[in-house]
Amino acid sequence: MQRGTRLAFVVFLAPALLVYTMFAIYPIVDSLRLSFYTVEQGQLVFVGLANFVYLLTDAFAAPRFWNAFVNNVQFFGIHLLVQNPIGLMLAALLTSGLLRRAEGIYRTLIFIPTTLSVVIVGFVWQLIISPLWGLVDTPLLGQESTALPTLSLMSVWQYVGIPMVFFYAVLVNIPRELEEAGRVDGASGWQIFWRVKFPLLAPMFGIVSIVTYIANFNAFDLIYAVQGASAGPNFSSDIFGTLFYRTFLGTGTATGSVTLGATVASLMFLTILVGVALYLVFIHRRLRSYQLAS
Amino acid sequence: MTSTTPSTSVDQQRAEAPAAVDRDQRNRRAQRRQLRSRLTVHGVLGVYTLLALGPIVLIVMNSLKSRGAIFDSPFTVPTAETLTFDGYLSVFQRADFVTYFGNSIAVTLISVFLTVVFGAMAAFALTEYKIRIAPILLAYLAIGIMIPIRLGTVSLLQMMSQLGLVNTRTALVLVYVAMGLPLAVVLLSQYFRQASVEIREAARVDGASEYRVFGIVLPLVRPGLAAVAVASMLPIWNDLWFPLILAPSDRTATVTLAVQQFIGQFGSDWNAVLATLSLGAVPLIVLFMIFSRQFISGLAEGVGK
Repeated sequence: MQRGTRLAFVVFLAPALLVYTMFAIYPIVDSLRLSFYTVEQGQLVFVGLANFVYLLTDAFAAPRFWNAFVNNVQFFGIHLLVQNPIGLMLAALLTSGLLRRAEGIYRTLIFIPTTLSVVIVGFVWQLIISPLWGLVDTPLLGQESTALPTLSLMSVWQYVGIPMVFFYAVLVNIPRELEEAGRVDGASGWQIFWRVKFPLLAPMFGIVSIVTYIANFNAFDLIYAVQGASAGPNFSSDIFGTLFYRTFLGTGTATGSVTLGATVASLMFLTILVGVALYLVFIHRRLRSYQLAS
Repeated sequence: MTSTTPSTSVDQQRAEAPAAVDRDQRNRRAQRRQLRSRLTVHGVLGVYTLLALGPIVLIVMNSLKSRGAIFDSPFTVPTAETLTFDGYLSVFQRADFVTYFGNSIAVTLISVFLTVVFGAMAAFALTEYKIRIAPILLAYLAIGIMIPIRLGTVSLLQMMSQLGLVNTRTALVLVYVAMGLPLAVVLLSQYFRQASVEIREAARVDGASEYRVFGIVLPLVRPGLAAVAVASMLPIWNDLWFPLILAPSDRTATVTLAVQQFIGQFGSDWNAVLATLSLGAVPLIVLFMIFSRQFISGLAEGVGK
């Protein structure tokens, strides 16, 4: 390779690599490192796994952590079971071939909530379901048993556009001939969807699930905007994101800790890593062998 | 069904008449069935559209009504008697929304611009030159799609305070560019790979420098640049986490943060609350309606590839 092109390679890559390494990769790695330390008299002291042991087993800290973990799993479960089927249904209807020009209009309008800030979505729904307006009598956000499912459904309402668009992208690219072949054979639209189109969507289910998983285990804004940092009532809507915020920066009563905050981030990192690894090993590989077989 | 064997002409005539009637009936039945399914599809999508837009319409509508009307008749449009701009007036008196909008626009535009430029340069280098470490570097840059940058917040805040960048818009821009680059590079690499090889080689034969070649290829990937720009814009505009932690001061607050902070202060001043929400929502909705095609295709391709 010529010297000129090698220099060009470096010049083109340098800004992206520099910014990305400094402000994305380095902080994540450094934060992982900090979770093995504690601060004593302004000095970092290596403590091994002590922070992790504290968060996972301490009589005071562990219940908070496991509560947030279980809540986060529930938050993810509701997204997976409600958001994806609705997104799929909407995408299937949009691509049913019966809509003509209305297709683009519906697609745009249904996607609008996804473009809003979570903060706004939280307050809008808070107002609508507040007993003041009389649509709902029970204080859904004020009860421990209903707060988290209500918040999850608000989030589903907002983000249903994402799986819709992903499924839509696959469905519009299915060749018309496939569909017409089915129609000539006398299959109904319903049958064509399940027998012809649905199998082609399989890889997208994996992608949508992992994207939802990463987003959900990293969520914060909605819970914080609606319920505050302590994710009430009585921590019933606490998830990893709010636990991370409180542990790192503290709340009214408790002071925050840099190293314990970093430890919560490391545990979130681990959770996301496990999810991604499971996806790559099981779903991704099976899909590839499935594609090879068919 | 209509396959009458061409035996004799008499047979054919006899067979054709009922066949035509039969076909007519079948066509009509098929049309009726299609109309029915078309109505069902419109019905379901229409109901869902209402569910998606209803809450937003309700908020904007009530933000223009007097306090009494908000609670007496929340589901009617403002009339001449109930129309009022009180909410908006008190928002603009108590909170400097012009500054917050300015902050959001500046941070978003600069971040998106730098993401697109740096992303395009990197994607060009990684696809254009046959260098052995190129695939490794692409994989390194792609990690950021899977691992949220938020997880490095503890260290980011320490770093920003060492650099003296806490409570500056620069801090937000640096973080958002780092956050947007992975998707930008991966997506644009696809576009650069598809761009014509002949044009680049012809330019090189003519003695153009590598930088000139980049300038020549760039217009060919314009759809990719647009998709990246539109798709990286929303997460930045709507982010609450980094403004809250890195730049919470009144001078540097973004609209999203300001809405979050002011709603609490307005307490039971419902006019102001509704006006704040409308101010936060409507500009973005308008922007999205304009760019919805690029946005949706950008998003779909980002994951499809």
